[in-house]
Amino acid sequence: MFVNFDFDVIRRSLGYLFLDGMTFTLTLTALSALGGIVFGTLIALMRLSGFKLLGRIAGLYVDFMRSLPLVLVIFWFYFLVPYIGQWVTGASRPVNVGAFTSALVTFIMFEAAYFSEIMRAGIQSISKGQPAAANALGLTYAQTMRYVVLPQAFRNMLPVLLTQTIVLFQDTSLVYVLSMPDFLGAASKVAQRDGRLVEMYLFAAVVYFTISCAASFAVRRLQARISIVR
Amino acid sequence: MIEISHVDKWYGPTFQALKDCTTSVAKGEVVVVCGPSGSGKSTLIKCVNALEPFQGGDIILDGIKVNDPRTDLPKLRARVGMVFQHFELFPHLKIIENLCLAQEKVLGRSHDEAVAKAEKLLDRVGLKEHARKYPAELSGGQQQRVAIARALAMDPIAMLFDEPTSALDPEMISEVLDVMVDLAREGMTMMVVTHEMGFARKVAHRVIFMDRGEIVEDALKEDFFGSPRSDRAQKFLSKILAH
Repeated sequence: MFVNFDFDVIRRSLGYLFLDGMTFTLTLTALSALGGIVFGTLIALMRLSGFKLLGRIAGLYVDFMRSLPLVLVIFWFYFLVPYIGQWVTGASRPVNVGAFTSALVTFIMFEAAYFSEIMRAGIQSISKGQPAAANALGLTYAQTMRYVVLPQAFRNMLPVLLTQTIVLFQDTSLVYVLSMPDFLGAASKVAQRDGRLVEMYLFAAVVYFTISCAASFAVRRLQARISIVR
Repeated sequence: MIEISHVDKWYGPTFQALKDCTTSVAKGEVVVVCGPSGSGKSTLIKCVNALEPFQGGDIILDGIKVNDPRTDLPKLRARVGMVFQHFELFPHLKIIENLCLAQEKVLGRSHDEAVAKAEKLLDRVGLKEHARKYPAELSGGQQQRVAIARALAMDPIAMLFDEPTSALDPEMISEVLDVMVDLAREGMTMMVVTHEMGFARKVAHRVIFMDRGEIVEDALKEDFFGSPRSDRAQKFLSKILAH
């Protein structure tokens, strides 16, 4: 059945697909995950803080982000971020931030909502005695979080955080709506240029599947190792 | 050193955990707090360094009012050592790091200084060779001794013990009590919530008996063990001393 297919198109475009496309995808994934974890942790701390108003704001944010389709948010931010930039910097015209920055901000904001729920569960998994002991030693709230609670919460939640990052890795392909050259976007461009849609989309599927599957497997092994140490 | 006067504490609008508790611990004094479970003794000791808020009354620690909103609580807590029922060592840090963390971050000691102090105290509780291990690798008794050393590393003016031996297997209780007895004999100011009446007899100056949130009896050790004045204290003593 493959007689009419030309799989050589893959070999010919490998450089573009991986050096440009996959590098873009991995960069976007890594930066989004990092930013998402940092912001997510802040949101989780807001939700768990004693201040009701802060908690409510953070809760609304999380519910809001989780109730919208990601593609919509990507679109939305693409058109909104220049205006937010204008408002923040006080410039006279909408700030041109570029598609990459816009996409990055979107993913960070969106993923922060998911990561915050993971970090919240992680922080709540630490027994109350731990912050009490840290406080009793004279550590401030910030020091208690930084040196005692968050390192433990992070370690407990590492497998879940990584699994969410694998989902993020797949979700970054949605930047195709901004016609950005991520891995899928690159494959799609080649596919249309050479008229080899089936070959390229098959190949893209195989690559996403292989990487995600291998990463999931690695996470499971890591989980097993962590649970032995504890 | 520790002045507790007319302290009231409520959990929610209906349950009063502490009722008009008044007592004090003088410098160098060892006071044992005992009583049935749920009597408020742990709550009381946690109020002393403001780990638990309270609604009425005052607690004054070395001249500083604990319940004054202007009090710098982290600074105040750094001066009082506390040992918990479940040790609460930081499981992600090695023993030596457990002892150094607050010394460096709170007292601003250099790393070398903190390590030297930590090693000295670990030696004192007989655990020097375990410095590079993680808490989970130690037995309960060893962990509790580390917890005592961790508190002592801050050069506290007083030590609070919240049922330090209740979570231990019987064979490990004495190794922890030995450290506490030494500490008491060196003149450390101590407030100890415990059921270990042997410890109380050995080193306590005073014994406080609590029941249902009230301080029922606050007496010199000799008087308390001689003839408790209240029925409730007598009943409690006869129960725990029966075996």
